[in-house]
Amino acid sequence: MSIEIKNLSKKFNEVYAVKNIDFTIGANKTIGLLGPNGCGKTTSIGMMLGLIKPTTGDIIIQNKNINTFERNKLLSIMNFASPYVELPKKLSVKQNLQIYGRLYGVKDLSIRIDELAEDLNLKDFINKKTGELSSGQKNRVSLAKSLINKPEILLLDEPTASLDPDIGDYVRSYLQSYKSKNKVTILLASHNMAEVERLCDSVIMMKKGKIIDQGTSKEIINRHGRTNLEETFLKIVRSKDELA
Amino acid sequence: MSWHKIYALCLRHIYLISNSLPRIIDLIYWPTVQILLWGFISKFFTLNSEYYSNTVGIILTAAILYDFLFRVSISYNIMFLEEIWSRNFTNLFIAPIKLSEMIASLTITAVFRSLIGLIPAALLAIPLFGVSVFKIGLPLLALLFSLYIFGVTLGLLVTAGLLRFGPSFENIAWASLFFLAPLGCIYYPVEILPLSLQIIAKGLPLVHVFEEMRNILINGTVNYFEIFISILISVAYFIFGVIIFYMAYFGARVRGTLINMGE
Repeated sequence: MSIEIKNLSKKFNEVYAVKNIDFTIGANKTIGLLGPNGCGKTTSIGMMLGLIKPTTGDIIIQNKNINTFERNKLLSIMNFASPYVELPKKLSVKQNLQIYGRLYGVKDLSIRIDELAEDLNLKDFINKKTGELSSGQKNRVSLAKSLINKPEILLLDEPTASLDPDIGDYVRSYLQSYKSKNKVTILLASHNMAEVERLCDSVIMMKKGKIIDQGTSKEIINRHGRTNLEETFLKIVRSKDELA
Repeated sequence: MSWHKIYALCLRHIYLISNSLPRIIDLIYWPTVQILLWGFISKFFTLNSEYYSNTVGIILTAAILYDFLFRVSISYNIMFLEEIWSRNFTNLFIAPIKLSEMIASLTITAVFRSLIGLIPAALLAIPLFGVSVFKIGLPLLALLFSLYIFGVTLGLLVTAGLLRFGPSFENIAWASLFFLAPLGCIYYPVEILPLSLQIIAKGLPLVHVFEEMRNILINGTVNYFEIFISILISVAYFIFGVIIFYMAYFGARVRGTLINMGE
């Protein structure tokens, strides 16, 4: 499914969190959303999820404005994961997946849960309470919840934040493998440049609510005369004239 | 509305309760303490007050009914707050569920959550104090229904406040019922209130419910019109509550408070 963002803005109390952004994510592509804290990444994701009403602009999914979609139908083909959003801690992993599976109307739910438990290595703690898990385990459960409905659009907000390198690599490898086997369009907001270089077909750089550059990682790196995305990111973030 | 989704939302709270013995004890503990306390007060009054001497247990019955209202409203608020406390709020609001399904699930679960506490307490009152709320007979169901709808409405208004103002509105959740209690005429007749407050009080279903409860227990007659009025007022408030909840939701989308809402 393709996503087009046209002239999208969000103003909170006269301050623009996101200002006139435009970008397109081709069907089954992965795009990385980069930028410092407070640059408008989460607000942009919130607008795409329908949690935040844009001040102006349009979000078009598969050539159809999201305002013309029935909310439930649109949300049933999307999903979202973020380390800042958790699942009920007092419920077991399996109970949480059962509930979200039912909410998303997943057919053959037990089979789907078994698949995800196998793929994401949840088996050892599937009957444990979610609140008792380590952050790496919680992260995988959150990812499992976001994949329960086999979404056609997957929005990930810093999916490997606070994970140790080993688990982070495991999650990235899994996402790569999942993408190769499924038709899914992914928007990945991250602070991990290596992750973005590895997983994303193209990158959007944001600063102070605006898009200041976009293209493939290689194009952006070359344009700014740097050797990797991290250096490029630092150059863009620290420069004062990027928004001029 | 999809009953499968409503069931899934209810299941979340059923799992929560069934997974935790302390939660079950907590649900039973408070109504039981309330009944014991009011049971002894009631016993004292029946022995020493002419007004209550003919009808043992009016205060205790009022306490049981009021506790039902209190539990419904608090259950509704707590279930909504659980989503904020567990930082599950965003997950819920991006799931393909309608607001009406969310309201329905909270409304259904609230009554079961309340009855878990209330039924043992009401049964306990029979052998301990010789008072049975079931003496009211079939009108009891109508009175409970009216209280249930009004309790849910208070829950809706508080959850609307949580959507509008965020978790800081939590304190209002606990205070909401105490605010209305003086006007509810739970333990005393409406005539006790100053005339100006009587007019306001009659705009609440509580006065009609508790006046009718006293009428049934003292006079042994049932005024169905009064019960009908109480239900009518409750339903009117409920519709108002639903409208406020929807407005709060759309307002929260504008203000961006639905994302990352948590403690």
